[in-house]
Amino acid sequence: MTKEVWEGFTQGNWQTEIDVAEFIKKNYTPYEGDGKFLANATDATNILWKKVSDLKKRENKKGILSAETKKPSGITSYGPGYVDAELEKIVGLQTDKPLKRAIFPYGGLRVVQKALEEYGYKLNPRTEEIFSNYRKTHNAGVFDVYTDEMLRARKSGIITGLPDAYGRGRIIGDYRRVALYGTKKLIEQKMREKKVENCAFMFDHTIITRENISEGIRALQELEQMAKSYGFDISQPATNAREAIQWTYFAYLAAIKQQDGAAMSLGRVSTFLDIYIERDIKNKTLTEVEAQELIDHFIMKLRMVRFLRTQEYNKLFSGDPTWVTECIGGMGEDGRTMVTKTSFRFLHTLYNLGPAPEPNLTVLWNTQLPEKFKNYCAQASIDTNSIQYESDDLMRNYWGDDYAIACCVSAMRVGKQMQYFGARANLGKALLYAINGGRDEISGEQISPKFEPITDEYLNFDEVMSKLDTTFEWLACLYMSTLNVIHYMHDKYNFESLQLALHDSEILRTQATGIAGLSVVVDSLSAIKHARVHVIRNESGLAIDYVVEGDYPAFGNNDPEINELASTIVQKFMTMLQKHHTYRGATPTMSILTITSNVIYGEKTGATPCGRKKGEPFAPGANPIHGRDKKGAIAAMASVSSLPYSHAKDGISYTFSITPEALGKSKDSRVQNLVSMLDGYVRDKGHHINVNVFDRETLLDAMQKPELYSQLTIRVSGYAVEFTKLSRQHQLEVIARTIHCKMC
Amino acid sequence: MELIGRIHSIETCGTVDGPGVRYIIFTQGCPLRCIYCHNVDTWNAGCDRAKNMSVNDIVNDIKRYKSYIASGGITLSGGEPLLQKDFATELFKACRAQGFHTALDTSGYCVIIDKVKELLSLTNLVILDIKSIVPATFKKITGKEIYPVIEFAQYLHKQNIPTWIRHVVVPGYTDNDNHAHELGKFIATLKNVNKIEIIPFHQLGAHKWVEMGLHYTLKDVKEPTMQQVENVRQILRQYNPTLEI
Repeated sequence: MTKEVWEGFTQGNWQTEIDVAEFIKKNYTPYEGDGKFLANATDATNILWKKVSDLKKRENKKGILSAETKKPSGITSYGPGYVDAELEKIVGLQTDKPLKRAIFPYGGLRVVQKALEEYGYKLNPRTEEIFSNYRKTHNAGVFDVYTDEMLRARKSGIITGLPDAYGRGRIIGDYRRVALYGTKKLIEQKMREKKVENCAFMFDHTIITRENISEGIRALQELEQMAKSYGFDISQPATNAREAIQWTYFAYLAAIKQQDGAAMSLGRVSTFLDIYIERDIKNKTLTEVEAQELIDHFIMKLRMVRFLRTQEYNKLFSGDPTWVTECIGGMGEDGRTMVTKTSFRFLHTLYNLGPAPEPNLTVLWNTQLPEKFKNYCAQASIDTNSIQYESDDLMRNYWGDDYAIACCVSAMRVGKQMQYFGARANLGKALLYAINGGRDEISGEQISPKFEPITDEYLNFDEVMSKLDTTFEWLACLYMSTLNVIHYMHDKYNFESLQLALHDSEILRTQATGIAGLSVVVDSLSAIKHARVHVIRNESGLAIDYVVEGDYPAFGNNDPEINELASTIVQKFMTMLQKHHTYRGATPTMSILTITSNVIYGEKTGATPCGRKKGEPFAPGANPIHGRDKKGAIAAMASVSSLPYSHAKDGISYTFSITPEALGKSKDSRVQNLVSMLDGYVRDKGHHINVNVFDRETLLDAMQKPELYSQLTIRVSGYAVEFTKLSRQHQLEVIARTIHCKMC
Repeated sequence: MELIGRIHSIETCGTVDGPGVRYIIFTQGCPLRCIYCHNVDTWNAGCDRAKNMSVNDIVNDIKRYKSYIASGGITLSGGEPLLQKDFATELFKACRAQGFHTALDTSGYCVIIDKVKELLSLTNLVILDIKSIVPATFKKITGKEIYPVIEFAQYLHKQNIPTWIRHVVVPGYTDNDNHAHELGKFIATLKNVNKIEIIPFHQLGAHKWVEMGLHYTLKDVKEPTMQQVENVRQILRQYNPTLEI
């Protein structure tokens, strides 16, 4: 059986072992040409997309289209659902109706109740009873263990965005395995792995491993059953392109039926799927138009992924993000490009269906990529603002050539690595605690153990640095400790059995921390060193404001000393994190990423010694504070690229916005200049960059007339959003943010 | 002796002053007083907000952007860079030694002494901004005589130095057909020119006049319409059919 379905493929170990990467390597066809071969949307695609768009419009008006109130979401909770069964080439919905939101009480009951109530629904009393009295949730587990100090830190916002009330996400199942092998073989493999463990002595490690495998097997069986409800037998490998896409999507769909993780990324499927598409085209069983139609329909489904979130969550992330991140491009370790025609087909959906924030299309940029692909990407960026770029030159050294990005910037080997997502620590606030002896600058409450505050009228660099060290040590310890609690409980009460079943049983786990406010800290320290910073205290002696006397070099101008200072902060905090024991032996990593929460972090942070006023937004990710980068975009890029990825292996995010005029005079020169910038950034070891090409006027107009700009997409720190869905405050922040422009 | 330049500012992401991505050095000081100038803060050579930077300082800084400007280069702009010929020459010498493409963005208002000749011999591209081709209009716009600019343009032609002509269309000054015909004819005599950039007048620099306490006379001048600008382009094309305009 499997021999026939694999006919035409080059043989290899992948046939006897689960090894998708080897299958890809042996069978894919690199493509160095341009995008002229691409096909436009078919009539069916247009009709279908119109239907989805209409539903989205209704959803936008109401907040959500509809919601489940009783049945907890699981892989087999619902029978089949369709948008239009006649037209859909790729089928499968999260619930029984398009855009209807499922509920995931295993993560936490309160969030489900609250979110439903905010949209005018009420949780079924029976469900409520079950998850209150009989079935403990992840959230309940975490709060059983949290210490007072953890609760204080969480409340003050020095540690924030913790996944303690819903799914943690940032796990990528190797969904391709289902297409290549079928569920039967995958289940057999897991059974074999469990057998190996039979002779093991039982202690926590072996116990957890065996339980995980058993749950994984059940999840794969459920996946098979779910597909069967749509009329497909996925126990066997996919036999053609349509099945390969459908099987892959079913696997992903099962993941999002089981989990409402903060980021539910897809991985790196385009080049894998290309192998099937090329085989069908060669066999004349598929045309280019049909191939594009399959991809368009697949992407349409990915654009329909929804989770029920509270309004507080949506405020934090400015919209309704799901981070269905898909990685495109990159270079193979053998020197061949991993760009295929399907890399183009994926990007082409931005034209066939229009720009969109999801799926989060991520081009793995490598200076060696084919020129024509680079140009196509740059043009698509200029046209749609829907692409982010991450350095394949950099990441391949760490993660090989079959890694993908979870969420925004977190690289992981597909099926061989996962992360324990840890949101972030607010380093801007930590600096203020250092000055205030561990008291919160807004509430005045003592958050960290008490130590001597700084009482001088003017801040002294050495003294601040020394107190910052103490504060960082405390924060790093508390942060890691808090994450251990969260992930222990998540594994226990809300385990991602399907996603992990699509991993090897032995995997690398990372404990992925994050920091916010890097440029605030660096600029503050620079101000303390190079200018004079006068402290203003309230009647209780709490430092609440700062007056900067004189100038100081700010981060973002590629000043070697300031770059060095920024790197020192990153290394310092990372080194402190590494000192601590982690749950399941996870390797600590760190990201410099805020997503859109830079606005909220700023809101919750008092005035800082760099001259930033209380409540003003932080810069997103590793960006310089807006308006302080005065030497142009490339100096800012060079500053960010000087930060050490080796100490921030969970990713360093930079958001770059430029007006079309500032990118070049002609269409061609804009494309060429953008390619030069991306090449330069990557060559100089920059990691991630969002590219926005827009002018202020468009954004201002979109604020006034949102109905005309429903698809206007912009990139913000690691993902994309529809501009009109941002809060007004965030819209203003985006507009105020350095948009590099040049007059004439 | 180390040569020092008076520098207004540095732009690391220049994309409109020469080909590719460019490192742009804006020098301080300009002999012209163009009524539509959008960088009036670069006029006064003695301005205390300008920085003194040595050739070495700048070249060392440029080198840090090598990855980005490999297929672009550097552009010396202003102000008027020809006011600092010695500095400019040494800078270009050093840039060329590093393999960077050099562009000089100038009004061409200078006396062609040997130092200027040397500088131009080190220049890969001159971006020559011809404010007006009609002597009276030129004077109205810049406050100066036109002939040094004409001589400069002709010298570039004689030396066959690659040149882009830049020209701002200002309603009421340089938007009429007659002016465009004269300009087109003149450019046609220069065989070294390979591009003409027409820039519509805009009001974006107006606020700087106010900040500097200067009297801005074009407050009520409207930005030219697309059609007006296209009309000028059309006429220039009649005389220069092979040029990118």
